Amino acid sequence: MNELLAQFREWRGALQRTLPSWSGRAAAVALLIGGAALPFFFSDASNFVNKEVVVLAYVVFALGLNIVVGFAGLLDLGYVAFFALGAYTLGWFGSDFFFKAHLHVLVSSYAGSVPGIHLNFLLILVCAALITASAGALIGLPTLRLRGDYIAIVTLAFGEIIRVFAINGSSIKVAGMPVTAGVLGISGIDAPYEPGIGTFNELNVKPWYWTIYALVLLTLFVNVRVRDSRLGRAWIALREDEVAAVSMGIPLVRTKLYAYSLGAAFGGISGAFLGAYSTLVSPDQFQFGFSIFVLAMVIVGGLGSIWGVVLGALLLANINYYLIPDVLNSLPGDFGLNFSLTDLNVAIFGFLLVLVMVLRPQGLIPERRRKLELTGGIGETELEEPGTGWTGVEPGETSR
Amino acid sequence: MSVEAAPATYAPSTEAILNAESVSKEFGGLRAVSDVSVDIPVRSIVSIIGPNGAGKTTFFNMLTGLYRATSGRIVFLGSDITHTRPDLITKMGVARTFQNIRLFRAMTALENVVVGRHVRMRAGLFGSIVRTPWVRAEEREVRQKAADTLSYVGLKRSAFGQLASNLSYGDQRRVEIARALASDPKLLLLDEPTAGMNPHESAALTDFMRKMRDDLQLTILLIEHDMRVVMDVSERITVLDHGEKIAEGAPADVRTNQRVVEAYLGKQG
Repeated sequence: MNELLAQFREWRGALQRTLPSWSGRAAAVALLIGGAALPFFFSDASNFVNKEVVVLAYVVFALGLNIVVGFAGLLDLGYVAFFALGAYTLGWFGSDFFFKAHLHVLVSSYAGSVPGIHLNFLLILVCAALITASAGALIGLPTLRLRGDYIAIVTLAFGEIIRVFAINGSSIKVAGMPVTAGVLGISGIDAPYEPGIGTFNELNVKPWYWTIYALVLLTLFVNVRVRDSRLGRAWIALREDEVAAVSMGIPLVRTKLYAYSLGAAFGGISGAFLGAYSTLVSPDQFQFGFSIFVLAMVIVGGLGSIWGVVLGALLLANINYYLIPDVLNSLPGDFGLNFSLTDLNVAIFGFLLVLVMVLRPQGLIPERRRKLELTGGIGETELEEPGTGWTGVEPGETSR
Repeated sequence: MSVEAAPATYAPSTEAILNAESVSKEFGGLRAVSDVSVDIPVRSIVSIIGPNGAGKTTFFNMLTGLYRATSGRIVFLGSDITHTRPDLITKMGVARTFQNIRLFRAMTALENVVVGRHVRMRAGLFGSIVRTPWVRAEEREVRQKAADTLSYVGLKRSAFGQLASNLSYGDQRRVEIARALASDPKLLLLDEPTAGMNPHESAALTDFMRKMRDDLQLTILLIEHDMRVVMDVSERITVLDHGEKIAEGAPADVRTNQRVVEAYLGKQG
């Protein structure tokens, strides 16, 4: 295994030497265009692009959770709460659910003719981000004084509370209207409509795909920028040593709440999108298993590593939503066995997770820092510049 | 042994940068610090000494806001910081190092110092995402300043990009001091900075403390066990024992103080 890796590293080094310096950038652009052009390579009859829309939504979820768990080191087991809140934001502001209200902002002519609150899809995404960000801060508040496993338990409870609230919310009346639709869920969701583009429909998957593709790019952009910023460094400092971090002037409450809020906002955006894509918002979508599934993507990819998390999400979501149900499902039948592969879904996942954790516990693409801990340093420049102040102590000769 | 309360002839000095006025800290039934009053004159080097468990680090933690004093008052530059949050105290100009080095181990030496600069930076969430020109300029400036500070404490340039956990012990101590200096403190608290150093290294650090004080116009408060360092560098010494202040004064006075000798060596006869 190690020899293989060393060989691979050598090849990569050789490749980097022969390729011109702009090759990395060119590869990124090619990947970007390739991703955007993906729907053209598959016929409308193929289910693949449909499934990729869901997969990309999970990439957004995983990147959001990575901010909380990976960057700030706060183990959150209730991420499903933000999926639910985002989806319900869509249900509230993009359907005839609040039947007594009449509010229409930039919607299709059909949606404009029915009662209820109907906002433009992009506006709904913004609302979902704002609402879940506030909820994230709210959920974060009671966990501020907790550490590690205790945070996990509290967030887990919040995830469950939201689900139970969604089930029982139909008994809570605001202005004569229920807050949620109970176990039935909110149906009759408006199809997203954008002026100049038209209404999205189920027959043409391309607008859906490009919308979520754009959201993934936006999420990536924000993640990369924040990671390399003052705030990103403050998160890592808090994760590494809370006492030292506050002594260095990092405000504990604000910094942690930023992590919860930003992570939650992406969960909300993606949740609203998935709600629109499935045209239904119902409580049984918001199971505890979802939180674990997204957490598995983050850990398999590499805690705190943006590209690792993208890879982890693409891999696990594809296996779960495309490979097992669509491609390999009939495999046992071909061998004359009387079951389908979806029955083994959980077993397959368990096996894969154990495999990854045994072979590569640091994740598929580990965070740069974690890798550094093994290899030494970055930019080992051989500049010799004697210190101006504290001379007389030679580094290295110090005794412990 | 019976220890009488410290004499109540305490009068706050007008030129003090920090006054602790009969500060106490109780953990449950344990009185870790009891009625301790200390004045730290501007641009002085003051040491707090005492046997293990005397309450020195607890006192430090109260000054930096990590612990809240049970009673008493702490005044820094004229404002009461007894109940102020640690990050705000840092912003006001108090920085510290720790007895057991507490660097951010997964960050490079340079990044550690950049984090130390956090309170003097302005970039928020929005600025970080959009990365406006002034945020870029701030980031560049802070990195340059961090590199300068690391050079100042004598870290080799080749170590700037090394992870803190991979640095040698002596270098980790340097980085910790640089991280504290990055916030432009007026008062620097050093918690046993020479722990684990040989006499040669301790002497170098002692000289460096004076240099820092003069270059950066700092006031330095020091917890130290190494008596050679303490007697050499301090202008004033406060001695704690069992949470109480048992002596205070110039090194020569403290050295001959009967109660200090008793606290360290036990009662004779």
